[in-house]
Amino acid sequence: MTRIHDMGGRYGDGPVKPEPQGIVPFAEGWHRKALALTLAAGGLGVWSIDSARHARERLRPKDYARFSYYEKWIAALADLLVETGLVTREELAAGNAEAAPAHERLFRAEAVGPALARGTLYTRTDGPAPAFAPGDRVRTRLPAVNVFVPGGHTRLPAYAAGQTGRVILSHGLHVFPDSNAHGLGEGPEPLYTVAFSAADLWGAAERDDDEVTLDLWQSYLDPA
Amino acid sequence: MPHDDPDHPHALLPSDPALRVRALETILTRKGLIDPAALDAILDTYERKVGPHLGASVVARAWKDSAFLAALRSDATAAIAAMGISGRQGEHVVAVENTPETHNMVVCTLCSCYPWPLLGIPPAWYKSDAYRARAVREPRTVLAEFGVTLPDGQTMRVWDSTAEVRYLVIPMRPPGTEGLGEAELAALVTRDSMIGTGLPAAPA
Repeated sequence: MTRIHDMGGRYGDGPVKPEPQGIVPFAEGWHRKALALTLAAGGLGVWSIDSARHARERLRPKDYARFSYYEKWIAALADLLVETGLVTREELAAGNAEAAPAHERLFRAEAVGPALARGTLYTRTDGPAPAFAPGDRVRTRLPAVNVFVPGGHTRLPAYAAGQTGRVILSHGLHVFPDSNAHGLGEGPEPLYTVAFSAADLWGAAERDDDEVTLDLWQSYLDPA
Repeated sequence: MPHDDPDHPHALLPSDPALRVRALETILTRKGLIDPAALDAILDTYERKVGPHLGASVVARAWKDSAFLAALRSDATAAIAAMGISGRQGEHVVAVENTPETHNMVVCTLCSCYPWPLLGIPPAWYKSDAYRARAVREPRTVLAEFGVTLPDGQTMRVWDSTAEVRYLVIPMRPPGTEGLGEAELAALVTRDSMIGTGLPAAPA
């Protein structure tokens, strides 16, 4: 069983509402701050992007459903700060804290430009050899679960579990979110893009020859 | 790290999101966990510098310069880095080209992965439950909500971004643009055309 964030294919969400082109303005002043605080605190390097995604995913389903995008970010940030020991529950409740010297890994203003332009590489050089190549038929794990942690982070959506597809791209070794999100090491694995027939995924597709692709790690896949 | 905390710490913050954010900013600043000037630098990046004009410059060059298109096909990350485009949420880029046979569209059903260095911060619709849920199952119905109807015979390939690979759609070059330069071409390339929910504008 996956979590509420795993919504691909779900019915009932209503229409998509297009917006003007160009740079997207922040709808609310606090959205700006929510984004900046999340990136600045993430810049401490205390948690990985996989842990941050999992922190959003394990919000209570009723909170996940009612929170806007940046409310999810802020809630997950508060949870991560407490879980990693950077902030206490008492400080959150008080909305304030005793003044303290700068953290040794403080993400300083002068580092922002270079760090955002550099990003974080997720490719690795040491790990298992690729078991598949473009053109190979593969079947995905069923059910879509994290095999290390019950209810843990995984990037295999439920809608693509137990499906047969065709490898179309091979990306080399990438950090494995299922282990990295839980502090179990980066465990790099070969990553592939796999194409699935829409007819296979949905039974009745809009068009039988349409396809959906997913980026999937080697341990999600068996030969088919 | 704790996994399912039955007592989520975030619930200790005020319920009003603006007050929540203010409380966190106060705590983080006083504890030396954020540099207030870093917040301004982050916002300056995404409000003024990084946006879809960068992706549009890549598409226009790909339309105009066959050597660049070849470089983009073999290693898009390196090709855009040579144009000075790189960074967070765009560390591993793949360009996918629309053709008369195939129309590409990008989604992230599990969260909202998006090629930030090329397109900036995603629009609200890209992050919406409706788009995340429906783009994989009924992409043609979603396209119709953007006013796009594909010709018969053009199949769809929807890319669900489940890893750290970020996809940039290279739309087809509009007819009647043969004489245009790169800057004029880039002006036709909309953000949505690089996600695959739109098409480039027609030349004036």
